[in-house]
Amino acid sequence: MSRGETHMSDGATLERAARREAPAADLPPTLRRNAALVPTDTSAGRALAAVIAILTFLAALCAGGAEIVASSAAQWQGSVAQEVTIQIRPGPGRDTEADVAKAAALAAATPGIAATRPFTKAESERLLEPWLGSGLDLGDLPVPRLITVRLSGTPDLGALRQRLAEALPGVASLDDHALWLSRLSTMANTVVGVGVAVVGLVLLATGLAVTFATRGAMAGNREVVEVLHFVGADADFIAREFQRRFFRLGLRGGAIGAVAALAVIGAGGALARLWRAGPAGDEIEALFGGFAIGWRGYASVVLIGVIASVVTAVVSRLTVRRFLD
Amino acid sequence: MDARTDRGTGSSLLGGMDEPVVRFENVGMRYGVGQEVLSDISFTIAPHSFQFLTGPSGAGKTTLLRLILLSVRPSRGLVSVFGEEVSGISSDALTSLRRRMGVVFQDFRLLDHLTTYENVALPLRVQGRAETSYRAEVVELLRWVGLGERMHVLPPLLSGGEKQRAAIARALIARPELLLADEPTGNVDPQLGRRLLRLFVELNRLGTSVLIATHDFALMDLVDARRFVLGNNRLRIEG
Repeated sequence: MSRGETHMSDGATLERAARREAPAADLPPTLRRNAALVPTDTSAGRALAAVIAILTFLAALCAGGAEIVASSAAQWQGSVAQEVTIQIRPGPGRDTEADVAKAAALAAATPGIAATRPFTKAESERLLEPWLGSGLDLGDLPVPRLITVRLSGTPDLGALRQRLAEALPGVASLDDHALWLSRLSTMANTVVGVGVAVVGLVLLATGLAVTFATRGAMAGNREVVEVLHFVGADADFIAREFQRRFFRLGLRGGAIGAVAALAVIGAGGALARLWRAGPAGDEIEALFGGFAIGWRGYASVVLIGVIASVVTAVVSRLTVRRFLD
Repeated sequence: MDARTDRGTGSSLLGGMDEPVVRFENVGMRYGVGQEVLSDISFTIAPHSFQFLTGPSGAGKTTLLRLILLSVRPSRGLVSVFGEEVSGISSDALTSLRRRMGVVFQDFRLLDHLTTYENVALPLRVQGRAETSYRAEVVELLRWVGLGERMHVLPPLLSGGEKQRAAIARALIARPELLLADEPTGNVDPQLGRRLLRLFVELNRLGTSVLIATHDFALMDLVDARRFVLGNNRLRIEG
């Protein structure tokens, strides 16, 4: 080109750019300026979000189920532990009514006991109805009599048991439900332990799925990674970009999974309430404790969604760093 | 054009104390177990200098540029860039060296999911700068290379010439100390080719060392600059 053709603006442009004094740019408002450097909306990304959603859903259901069992068990234990039972066995030649009154008096005299309620002979016989049927004359049968004792503190049950044994030897016995309580607590702890283990396994599976997905994304975006290197991006910057993308995917999957789990638990609760109106309702309620997971259950479902997203982000970052190093 | 004076006196202005921007000593390069594609290459690129790299297709121009870019390592010999010997260089040091270079690839290497504006702004963005801090610079450069109306377009919708200009703008935006360009005028009409060349010369006048790989003799004749000629795996320096 000829010297006469020189445009004076060329140098001026570069010099102005050098001094960062360029005039304020009037960019169109619709111009996209900071799109994600790693393409986000790919089919692989959607598949990963779906996998995370499903895993989160399963983990959240598991946690919700464990929470229902744990809180029901705690309710049962609370109500059962507030009560002990005295059993009076009828014997030949004994005045059972007198024995019952004596045992009830002994119990009532013990500090830490709120109330005693002896079951009458008719009530005791009614307790047998489910097994023997109604309309039978049980007058001749030696039906044991029960006294339920409601506790208000922590009475010395050992002393009461001893006093009963001394006053009514071989007739009165005290049942503090300890065996039943310990079994219940073992069962509840087992269910909670299994729930926690399943949640752990599901998070592990999420981590592995993300590892594979990240490797796939790195391979699929090799060109992008290379260009980023050439324009001066360091490994940390690139890892952050991938992490941001995968955190977003994880958040989406985790949110969908957690919301679905909450919906299922909510629907379960509604169904349980519906059934409770029917004859079987009491048993269902006794078994499931009302099918409610409480704020702790809701919090753990949400927490699982958040943890799944964080696991996704951290695992993708580590994978990228290892890939780049 | 006044590149000759720049080339000849650029380094001497500072009393010849400047280290060369690039120094090759007896560099050989082979891929895998094949024959050497480059043998015994020795040259230096002085600060503020302007040179062409030419030779027939397949002579190793792109490999030589990749050696300077540190995207491949030499099989033997010594390569130093900005005074730093590159064998066993840490990845942090590599990143900081690359931030001092701008590169125009023959195949542009624009990111297809980013707009022209985002592509050109990329070198500034990866340095962690806020978008508002570089917006004006990017827009001005885009306007200068004639892409002012195309800044919101994705690369697949750009013509070959537009892609090339976007790639050049991306290489220039961070005001590199060394500009490497692989056939930067290959896809544009001669008039735009001259305009782009003038941009490189202008950049060189402002202190950037420029190495342009081309086999367009008409283009090289426009600037009186040193020529590195590759042939038979060896390098000859003319001018």
